[in-house]
Amino acid sequence: MSTSEKTRIVGASVPRKEGVDKLLGRARYVDDIQRDGMIHGATVRSTIPRGFIRSITFHHRIHWPEFTVVTAADIPGNNHIQLIFADQPCLADGIVNHCDEAIVLLAHPDKHKLREAVSAVKIDYEPLPPIFSIEESERQEVIVWGSDNLLKSFLLEKGDVDSAWEQAAHIVEGEYRTGAQEHLYIENNGVIAEWSATDGVTVWGSLQCPYYVHKSLLAVFDLPEDKVRVIQTETGGAFGGKEDYPSTLASHAALLAMKCGRPVKMVYDRMEDLAATTKRHPSRVRHRTALDGDGKLLAMEISVDTDGGAYSTLSSTVLSRATLHAPGPYVCPNVRIRSHAWATNTVPYGAFRGFGAPQAIFAIERHMDEIASALGIDPIELRRRNFLREGDTTATEQGMREPVILDQLLDRALLESDFYAKRKKFAQENPCSSVKRGMGIAAFFHGAGFTGSGERYLNSLAGLDVTPEAKVRLLVSSTEFGQGTNTVLAQIAAETLGIGYNDVVMAPPDTAIVPNSGPTVASRTSMVVGRLIERAGLQLLDILRQHAGLTANFTNEDFFSACARYRSTHGEVRSMCRYEAPPNIFWDDQTYRGEAYPAFAWSIHVAQVAVDTVTYSAEVEDFWAVQEVGRVLNPVLAGGQIEGGVAQGIGYALYEKVVWQNGHMANNQMTNYIMPTAEDIPPIHVFFEEIPFRYGGFGAKGIGELPHDGPAPAILNAIKAAIGVGFRAIPLLPEDLFVELSAREAIVEAGAL
Amino acid sequence: MTNPNPTIRFHLNGQDCSVQSPPMKRLLDVLREDLHLTGTKEGCGEGECGSCSVRMNGELVNSCLVPILQADGASIQTVEGLVNSGTLHPLQLAFLNCGGAQCGICTPGMLMAASQLLSINPHPTMAEIREGLAGNLCRCTGFMRIFESVVAAAASAAPQPANQASHAR
Repeated sequence: MSTSEKTRIVGASVPRKEGVDKLLGRARYVDDIQRDGMIHGATVRSTIPRGFIRSITFHHRIHWPEFTVVTAADIPGNNHIQLIFADQPCLADGIVNHCDEAIVLLAHPDKHKLREAVSAVKIDYEPLPPIFSIEESERQEVIVWGSDNLLKSFLLEKGDVDSAWEQAAHIVEGEYRTGAQEHLYIENNGVIAEWSATDGVTVWGSLQCPYYVHKSLLAVFDLPEDKVRVIQTETGGAFGGKEDYPSTLASHAALLAMKCGRPVKMVYDRMEDLAATTKRHPSRVRHRTALDGDGKLLAMEISVDTDGGAYSTLSSTVLSRATLHAPGPYVCPNVRIRSHAWATNTVPYGAFRGFGAPQAIFAIERHMDEIASALGIDPIELRRRNFLREGDTTATEQGMREPVILDQLLDRALLESDFYAKRKKFAQENPCSSVKRGMGIAAFFHGAGFTGSGERYLNSLAGLDVTPEAKVRLLVSSTEFGQGTNTVLAQIAAETLGIGYNDVVMAPPDTAIVPNSGPTVASRTSMVVGRLIERAGLQLLDILRQHAGLTANFTNEDFFSACARYRSTHGEVRSMCRYEAPPNIFWDDQTYRGEAYPAFAWSIHVAQVAVDTVTYSAEVEDFWAVQEVGRVLNPVLAGGQIEGGVAQGIGYALYEKVVWQNGHMANNQMTNYIMPTAEDIPPIHVFFEEIPFRYGGFGAKGIGELPHDGPAPAILNAIKAAIGVGFRAIPLLPEDLFVELSAREAIVEAGAL
Repeated sequence: MTNPNPTIRFHLNGQDCSVQSPPMKRLLDVLREDLHLTGTKEGCGEGECGSCSVRMNGELVNSCLVPILQADGASIQTVEGLVNSGTLHPLQLAFLNCGGAQCGICTPGMLMAASQLLSINPHPTMAEIREGLAGNLCRCTGFMRIFESVVAAAASAAPQPANQASHAR
């Protein structure tokens, strides 16, 4: 098995494949691209959260014949964005269900004229009552989606929860909430679209999933597959925010292009991107937990509720991942999880790194510290007593067949962070200081790849060919947006084929050239697509040995000579592989049981936090992330994934708050939606333990999403350790600390009188 | 009708340059649209993210906040001007090797901020690096490897005794 062999290129920190282009400023992002005759598009959006559209009028101050105008009536196919369900219109027709919903599209050669024109389109509404929260939606007094506001629900049951309460020595309850979070990729959403009667629709764009956009355009334009072509341009950050939204934007630009017969560029500015595109689902998670006298989990009753926004988009699968991560990395004989995604009248929430898991992990990992307090047990010890270990089963009764080394990760995290010594030191120092310090921990797992039977449905196809110019070219629709897809897949190919890293190139991420290797999401690329590339490489070597005289111990030259011989006799040198599930994997969508994920990555985070009781600011001073993600294919890139995810998690916990005003994001600017800067992020110490996963590309499991799961609970647990207050909601801003702490001070003072 | 736009002359990446432009057009747009130097990126359009950072008269500026008229007679450097006769700048090399660039969209601005920092402070401490880059947002890296890149570039530009190098971290 390749995973245990010594490797030349896999495991080395080779430089990023497209790195030089990015450093020279010559990488071509969508806004850097011009097409002949290209004009610009803009969007007229709803200004109310819910209501009927009574009329659309175009003010005479604008010379409208200069403009291309598109409404829902111009859509040749179906007026919906094809994703999981078909409930979201491409353009609102007769009714709007959230603020900033697209109603009319405009295009003009001079982009500066578009702003004035957008403001000159007047929409008259007959308002309907909107709802903005999980509580309003679940009350079902106002129905805004379907017959019950319920976008999706799941019920997961293991054992007999109802009988467990009687035997319990302790029962601990808690409710935990998380807010919306904006992706804040530095490059806003943008596309260029062209249309012709002969070739159909072509789109270039900043996006994660070319084939998602492709599928959606087929429906909107009612075209056959070969008449829609989607090409990813260099993409300046995504984090899930360019998973589903580009399907909408691409449809808009393509509708304008079809109507005016010219290429149309639509690149959002920051305010539009923040107001109109998806964000992380807000959540409310309730735990009721039974424990025996030794602090062992007896039963977990969990309800997970998310706010899905106005349309279903990816809410069902986000909810699924939240449900499956809700019990945390613990073993418990009796579990019941009820979960619901509720419709409201805000912009639809969508994919964001972690995809439901950060919300669920925040709840369980805060709850574990609350349990520890209630029982008077050390939170470290409580976790240790309940960790999943090899041979245990999860809430879905998935057996842990691979090694689980949470104890080892925990030991390492405690050692590296000097946890106990610091905890003791802070306990001594805090009473005499206005700055109170604490150490907090989070233990968690993250399922790699699509949930349940998802990878089977995806049925991904990937491979490679060899060009006459003697380059191995990777044929994948898996995209690069900073995480390192190009680099790690090229490393895998070079390693497998025994050639140089520089002999491998990426085929353009263009649906006319590359097959559907599945979406670039769910921490699946290294594990699933990497494995397909590895298999395709081995298959190519077999072909060359059998048909082109490739011998053992070949050089680069021998390899490409063999390819040339094969080409002269057989034509194209190409090797493709389709996904095969690991053996003995079973998942039942109906009962929600079985192997929820092919593999889990495991991690312990430790945060050292200082709370200033004068200014009410909480500062993360130091951070440790220890994880097992299978084989580490490229240490520099892997470390960068962990650090970047931790930084986003710190923002999620302490900085980033979406402020809603009647369903519109009120702080849709970088001036007042605050992410952590270079001065806010503490040193992040990253440590890997490696256990190669035999069914992942060279032993890799998923890595990208994992680091976003842990920081928020670790930080709030550290705050609890510092000041004795267990906050149960994020984001936790200084004003929240002020309100809570000053209220407590008032009580103390009143008590002293 | 004669062109009402003034001619604005400046020094760009070591070369004389002139454009006829509406005086309030943003330097960012002149660079990208008139001069086709698309290395400089727009992230927020309000001076918060630093993606459009360029060096102007020895200072770091957000080119989205500079009307082109203000650049008349100025000396400006963009990311395209960092390469010296085909050789990567020590910062570019360090970013490549240390993983200082992920998605790459903040990278040109980050490189300009880092080069500005090193030009006035060749051996910055970690606190000085953090402060020097605080106006440039990166959403991918968590900044750690960007700091490391700056430290590496500073060290490669002028090797220091070991005790000073450790002080820089």
